[in-house]
Amino acid sequence: MIAELGQFALILAFATALYQTTVPLYGAWRGDQRLMAVAPPAAMLQVCLIAVAFGCLTWAYVTSDFSVENVYMNSHSDKPLIYKISGVWGNHEGSMVLWVLILAIFGSAVAIFGGNLPPSLKARVIAVQGSISVAFLLFILLTSNPFNRLDPAPIEGRGLNPILQDPALAMHPPLLYAGYVGLSIAFSFAVAALIEGKVDAAWARWVRPWTLAAWMLLTAGIMLGSWWAYYELGWGGWWFWDPVENASFMPWLVAAALLHSAIVVEKRNALKVWTILLAILAFSLSLLGTFLVRSGVLTSVHSFAVDPARGVFILGILCVFIGGALALYAWRAPVIKSGGLFAPISREGALVVNNLLLTASCAAVFIGTLYPLALESVTGEKISVGPPYFNLTFGPLILPLLLLVPLGPLLSWKRADIWAATQRLWAAAAIAVIVAIAAAAWQWRGPWLAPLGVALGVWLVAGAVVELAAKSNFRKAGAAVAWARVKGLPGAAWGMMLAHAGVGVFVIGVVAITAWKQEVVTVLKPGDSMQIGGRTVTFTGETPFTGPNYSAERGNFSITSSSGATADVWSEKRVFKPSNQPTTEVGIQTYLDGDVYVVIGDRAGDAGRTVRAYYHPLVWMLWLGSLLMFLGGFASIMDRRYRVGAPKKSTAGAAVQPAE
Amino acid sequence: MLRRLLALFLILASLGVPAYAVQPDEVLSDPALEHRARELSGQMRCMVCQNQSIDDSDAPLAKDLRILIRERLVAGDSNQQVVDYLVSRYGEFVLLKPRLTAKTLALWSGPFLILLLGALILWRKRRAFAGAPVSEAETGLSPEERKKLDSILKDAG
Repeated sequence: MIAELGQFALILAFATALYQTTVPLYGAWRGDQRLMAVAPPAAMLQVCLIAVAFGCLTWAYVTSDFSVENVYMNSHSDKPLIYKISGVWGNHEGSMVLWVLILAIFGSAVAIFGGNLPPSLKARVIAVQGSISVAFLLFILLTSNPFNRLDPAPIEGRGLNPILQDPALAMHPPLLYAGYVGLSIAFSFAVAALIEGKVDAAWARWVRPWTLAAWMLLTAGIMLGSWWAYYELGWGGWWFWDPVENASFMPWLVAAALLHSAIVVEKRNALKVWTILLAILAFSLSLLGTFLVRSGVLTSVHSFAVDPARGVFILGILCVFIGGALALYAWRAPVIKSGGLFAPISREGALVVNNLLLTASCAAVFIGTLYPLALESVTGEKISVGPPYFNLTFGPLILPLLLLVPLGPLLSWKRADIWAATQRLWAAAAIAVIVAIAAAAWQWRGPWLAPLGVALGVWLVAGAVVELAAKSNFRKAGAAVAWARVKGLPGAAWGMMLAHAGVGVFVIGVVAITAWKQEVVTVLKPGDSMQIGGRTVTFTGETPFTGPNYSAERGNFSITSSSGATADVWSEKRVFKPSNQPTTEVGIQTYLDGDVYVVIGDRAGDAGRTVRAYYHPLVWMLWLGSLLMFLGGFASIMDRRYRVGAPKKSTAGAAVQPAE
Repeated sequence: MLRRLLALFLILASLGVPAYAVQPDEVLSDPALEHRARELSGQMRCMVCQNQSIDDSDAPLAKDLRILIRERLVAGDSNQQVVDYLVSRYGEFVLLKPRLTAKTLALWSGPFLILLLGALILWRKRRAFAGAPVSEAETGLSPEERKKLDSILKDAG
């Protein structure tokens, strides 16, 4: 009964989405206020209906209703509750329901918060958002119904893939989807603006926070996935240039470009046509990602769909939306007028360079991901494109961007004095050089490029701090006044500082883990020990262990630092019940200088165990860097200037700060 | 068909199993050779896995390839000879870093061509992208919008 209710809600949601798409568009075309006014209630009704469907599916999972095929295929009554719930989106059908739910939530957000939008723009945005719902609801109803029944109902389910039973991975898909789908708002605004033929600062003020939100969610989702891979897959890899990872990284790159170019539209009324194109591209890459992951075109861990009908359907959706939006762009973009001329060397110019390099590095990821598929379908020849390719193409393209990041914000709008800007950065450059020398002295045996990489990261962090110091006019005004100014800086200034510093911290982490990681593989008997990362790892013994839905062999280890401090970690080989699938839990001890990472392997000889230990230096900087980027986005979103009409606190300095 | 089934089975088997990669008994006693072996195996694809190098994979085929690489190195092959040998046996598919040929020219040059092309377009069309100057009358607010803005500013101030 509950499942049928969910199915019925989905069908109603589809009908509502059709209504939401057609009537407001027609109304906006005819200039009929009453027809336009149906958009917000339709969006609200749609989100309620999809929430009901999602709730029904979740109910079926929580109560282990195995008469629903989807629950039978992906759940098991012994699973802990959190993985029963995360099982809802741990499969193709359920994850598509989550996808449309998030889409509808974003659509209803425009309905709720869009009070200050021009009525025709609001109606059109909600209508375009509705049209995406139409396509994906139809996809679910025709090819991926999560509510199919089984008769007779099986007694027990087949269980969720044990490597997916993990807290980080339970949260990874919802965050990633929220990021993907959040970009639909930028897309809907871009298409609506093209129909209107008008882009103004108010438009950018709307698009930027939504893009920021989507970008933040993507950042968090990608980071969680990476963190999960780090501790779950058993050797500390955190990024593999896997097509599925690339599918989430491409929208991230373009969203980063978009939220920079939207600044130019907002502040300088320029780059409008380009910004519209980026908004279309960003969501197109999200759709492409959905296609790559959901169609099974790349058979990998993440692909659950093997039915080609689904792939063709999503490809159709892809063509209609991307093709349609680009055709509309080609037709209507020339109508959009821009103001705000600028010299090549200016803040605008720097943001254009940022956009160019971000899109080119995205192109490297795009080509590397799709080239093998294209070559195979054209010539039948199979090639592999792996990490070495991306390091050689993405690397050189992103490097100049990283070098230039501290410079950009110091340039003034319209026309800048590049010499004056570089002079303000001498302190940052000096710190970077000193750290590079220190790093070279400390790790002189490592690759010679590594200290330079660390210097690049330090340059980014120091550059961000210099930027903040320049804004507070620290040197001339004295500490007290400067502090008051720093506190009064708008959220966007803080956001930029945090995000740019976060990129720097992240770069240091990447360089350290790539250049200086250590690995020891050996056979240990209880009582034996090995050396790694300047510490001693001792195998203290094995104990059997039984979890809620698995049994495990647990190896206990103690790690002794040179200071004499010890820490105990354990690593398990688990076998999960329904499928007899083995997994491994690793033991990680985090120190300031990096992680010691211990993995228990197979039995070797009498009472011996293969044990591998890794030392991953500064790996926490990857997570801290991502977190800083996320917080930067958050600070930027909280900038009260986005809440038009909100009462303004009179803070000294806030009013005179150049806006970011 | 049997081979396909076997490959499928291996893929499925490798999905849930974390990679253990190199086993202690595989490691060469000569550290320089072992270092070269690790470097080489990081660039070879485990062909029955999804997007894993043979260095990271614990599939039996990956183990065989790792041992093969080490045998060739011990026999005195150069890195290039080992790569050529593996390609002659398993085809280009084994290389995670595709070689530059007519078929991969677009792959290797594409990203940089796009950068050049983008820079060129931006430079040629810099006026169009930056926007031609428009008179105040065209970009300015309509009287109603002006009135609304004034009232908002008054509220805010």
